[in-house]
Amino acid sequence: MLIVHCPVCGAEGDETDFHYGGEAHIRRPATQDPTTVSDAAQRDYLFMRRNPKGLHFERWRCDRGCGKWFHAVRDTVTMDFKATYGITELPPRELMEAASGEWAAFFKDKLDAAKPSRKGKSS
Amino acid sequence: MKSRYSIFSLARNAMNYHKDWERAWRSPAPKSEYDAVIVGAGGHGLATAYYLAKNHKLANIAVVEKGWLGGGNTGRNTTIIRSNYLQDPSIAIYELARSLYEDLSRDLNFNVMFSPRGVMMLCQTEHEFRAFKRTAHANRLAGLDCRMISAEEVKKIAPIINDDPNCRYPILGAYYQPRGGTGRHDAVAWGYARGADSLGVDIIQNCEVLSIRRDGGKVAGIETSKGFIKTKKIGVVTAGHVSTIVQTAGLRLPIESLCLQALVSEPIKPVLDCVVMANTVHGYLSQSDKGELVVGGGTDPYNNYSQRGSFPALEHTVTALVETFPIISRLRMLRMWGGIVDMTGDRSPIIGKTDVEGLYVNCGWGTGGFKSIPGSGFVFADTIANDRPHPIAEPFGLNRFIEGRLIDESVAAAVAH
Ligand SMILES: Cc1cc2nc3c(=O)[nH]c(=O)nc-3n(C[C@H](O)[C@H](O)[C@H](O)COP(=O)(O)OP(=O)(O)OC[C@H]3O[C@@H](n4cnc5c(N)ncnc54)[C@H](O)[C@@H]3O)c2cc1C
Ligand SMILES: [Zn+2]
Repeated sequence: MLIVHCPVCGAEGDETDFHYGGEAHIRRPATQDPTTVSDAAQRDYLFMRRNPKGLHFERWRCDRGCGKWFHAVRDTVTMDFKATYGITELPPRELMEAASGEWAAFFKDKLDAAKPSRKGKSS
Repeated sequence: MKSRYSIFSLARNAMNYHKDWERAWRSPAPKSEYDAVIVGAGGHGLATAYYLAKNHKLANIAVVEKGWLGGGNTGRNTTIIRSNYLQDPSIAIYELARSLYEDLSRDLNFNVMFSPRGVMMLCQTEHEFRAFKRTAHANRLAGLDCRMISAEEVKKIAPIINDDPNCRYPILGAYYQPRGGTGRHDAVAWGYARGADSLGVDIIQNCEVLSIRRDGGKVAGIETSKGFIKTKKIGVVTAGHVSTIVQTAGLRLPIESLCLQALVSEPIKPVLDCVVMANTVHGYLSQSDKGELVVGGGTDPYNNYSQRGSFPALEHTVTALVETFPIISRLRMLRMWGGIVDMTGDRSPIIGKTDVEGLYVNCGWGTGGFKSIPGSGFVFADTIANDRPHPIAEPFGLNRFIEGRLIDESVAAAVAH
């Protein structure tokens, strides 16, 4: 059973006190300009999923606490939570660096953009 | 060619104190090159290899398996076989599979213990009743032998069911497929393995595929823990582990890996001679030939590669079934386990070609792919051999996600099976 920690209200509970919200950091392409969205981009948004064996970046909701959505980094093999962070934030820099496969590709430009001094935006 | 199993071979080997049974399959070292390589020796991979060799006369092929054959979801499932899905493409492939099961023991010369004992899907709300009626009409148009039955008939078929009209989810009737049922999961893997092996297929166990090597837009071979194997055609059939493998060829899939659990009780005398599914409350039940009650439910919610599920999911399943079958409330559970299932957005599988030439995938069977093993292997072998989708496989291609042509079975399969 998973023990989950809410970074918003500080509540801690088991997985039945929280709701899993799937892959994090998905952007709806049509929000910018619906006319330019290709079928492939729409497919990626709706159906393609990062499905890593290892570090995963995902959304959870604090169901029986404050009710807020937040982000978490969890290892899908050991089931350990590595960090939780705010719903508008990026993960801690060292976890972005530790990500592999598709997530590493996703975080690459975010790591390049962020100066080292801005590290650790974790809550 | 292997010697056939028969009453005479049984008698002959009994005389020899069972010391001379021939091995059911060889354990060959991998060759440096094959005409085609199947990754994953689960039911779907082994069936694919068998039909490639039998129907398409491809003998120089290998099945590469990281653990032991049948040790994935094929050896972990609750063996429900039925074909009464809602959409036409689903009906076609699941009914092809179900009908192949009818004759599979004879075809493979291996008893897969297909037992068409009937599958009953309970209607426990008005909405569920109407939804199944819709499926019943769709299935009747497709010529399936299925029908709606009344609450009285349900009670007659499964007397241990709770028929109290005042309980929270009273039984209003059921959708019944008399020729659905169960089979022996290990035997399906073993039978196909023995069949494929005797047709010359190399089944290489304890050999993990680490990556797919590409030569431009084509596949060149696979890197494995036993070295590089050259091949022009690769069929990846690794259920919950498919994303990580095809990713090495630069391919993404609309799949998430979740844990699905099941459990069995201590053996008891026969109490239930059909499969009962209770989708509204998320549980299903059957009784194995050994007498154990086989219990299953829904997946854990979150991504998982650990093959270990969480307790709340099991508790939810068991709670539902105790309500539906009060007689089982004192039973002790013997074993529980989990398997990593490959879930797609529309709860239908993905079968076919990819953007990489020579790379084929057969995955996304999720919580319900034991029932489809013979049909899936049949059409996937044809797809690989002819490098174009078999007509029954065609609707299940990857392009359906870009075209928005989904095969939505999330309603028909609200619960895992
Ligand atoms: C608890 C549970 C209950 C279920 N109940 C039912 C049911 O009642 N009815 C039904 O129809 N379906 C059911 N299912 C679903 C069904 O079991 C699966 O859909 C089906 O078995 C999938 O078969 P497969 O051959 O695709 O995968 P698997 O049997 O999982 O085979 C995949 C193989 O690939 C191997 N592999 C993975 N990675 C690699 C690698 N890198 N290199 C080499 N080999 C690799 C694995 O070791 C494994 O042996 C259930 C599943 C579970 C977990
Ligand atoms: Zn909270």
